[in-house]
Amino acid sequence: MDELVNKRINQVLKGNQEAFEEIVTLFQQRLYQVCYRMLGNAQEAEDIAQEAFVRAYVNIHTYDQKRKFSTWLYRIATNLCIDRIRKKKPDYYLDATVPGTDGLNMYSQIAATGDLPEEEIERMETQDRVQYEISRLPDKYRTVIILRYMEELPLQEISDILELPLGTVKTRVHRGREALRKQMGNM
Amino acid sequence: MNTCQQPVIHLMHAYLDGDISRDEEQALQQHLSSCPQCNDMMEEFKMSEQLLQSASPIRAPEGFVSGVMTRLPKEKSQAGISRILRRHPLIAAAALFFLLMSATLFSNFSNNQQFSFTKQPNLIIEGETVVVPAGEIIKGDLVVKNGNVRIEGEVDGNVTVIRGSKYMASTAVVTGSIEEIDEAFDWLWYKIKLFVKDVIPSSDSEPTTE
Repeated sequence: MDELVNKRINQVLKGNQEAFEEIVTLFQQRLYQVCYRMLGNAQEAEDIAQEAFVRAYVNIHTYDQKRKFSTWLYRIATNLCIDRIRKKKPDYYLDATVPGTDGLNMYSQIAATGDLPEEEIERMETQDRVQYEISRLPDKYRTVIILRYMEELPLQEISDILELPLGTVKTRVHRGREALRKQMGNM
Repeated sequence: MNTCQQPVIHLMHAYLDGDISRDEEQALQQHLSSCPQCNDMMEEFKMSEQLLQSASPIRAPEGFVSGVMTRLPKEKSQAGISRILRRHPLIAAAALFFLLMSATLFSNFSNNQQFSFTKQPNLIIEGETVVVPAGEIIKGDLVVKNGNVRIEGEVDGNVTVIRGSKYMASTAVVTGSIEEIDEAFDWLWYKIKLFVKDVIPSSDSEPTTE
């Protein structure tokens, strides 16, 4: 597989755009899934996953063929997802008081809208339930948990993708696990 | 809250990471069997892990690949041209020559702002206008640069006006062609024509005296 990928990459490097199609076909499911889990929205996931492939194509000459292509591709995709999530964040401060609520701040607003009632969670399909639990994780933990549990990647590879030391990745997996357990234990 | 949590939690994570030695694992199992709180916690970890892993894979939508392909920048022709240049250095050299050549000609065109014209007897100069007086016959070509020309008489040859305009009186007669050159491209074309004429001598072209 790596051999085939490198062959196609060399063709792309020589200006053969069609050779890229096979690369997209090979990696589309993995990349789309990561984006979908990160963003929780099919349309955005498609947009960002496609954008990741376009970026990979444009910057293909910067890819080091001695390394794993999927790692490089995952890195582009996760960076784009994190950028998108940050851009979507509303630009208000959480501890600013909400006008007309007599001292209530944004934390209380989020608590009111972010958590679903227990009965509703119980009625959810597994797929939605998983997405819901992931979406409640802070970005830092969300990325590592998705790569660890949805993509089932080894910790070392996650550390290569995110360009973080292995120890940091481990800590984030542990904290993410902790957060998941607490989220799910609360219901 | 129990007091044994911190070191034990560490072991639990090591276990879940698949990063635990046999001794550590034994210690963990022993502790879990004797401590219901830690055992519950371990179960919760395992449950949340199982939930994540039970989700079926998300499939990319139909047309995902073709969507990517249409979003790719159209670099093909560019890449093609650069490949041709790399494979055929002669074409590259010719292209470079042509580029430099036209650059010189263009700069010539914009730098040479002076009023000048072909010296011919019988011409009258009024400011920046060359006048071919009525009743006079000019033998040969007439070139006027950065000025105007007014033809009342007869010119037995071509008239070329570079960055200027020509006025023709009703009595004017020009036996050759009349050309007005305003744009840089016309200028370039004119230069190339001259060059070709110089290289390939033809019977009817007379050397211009500028």
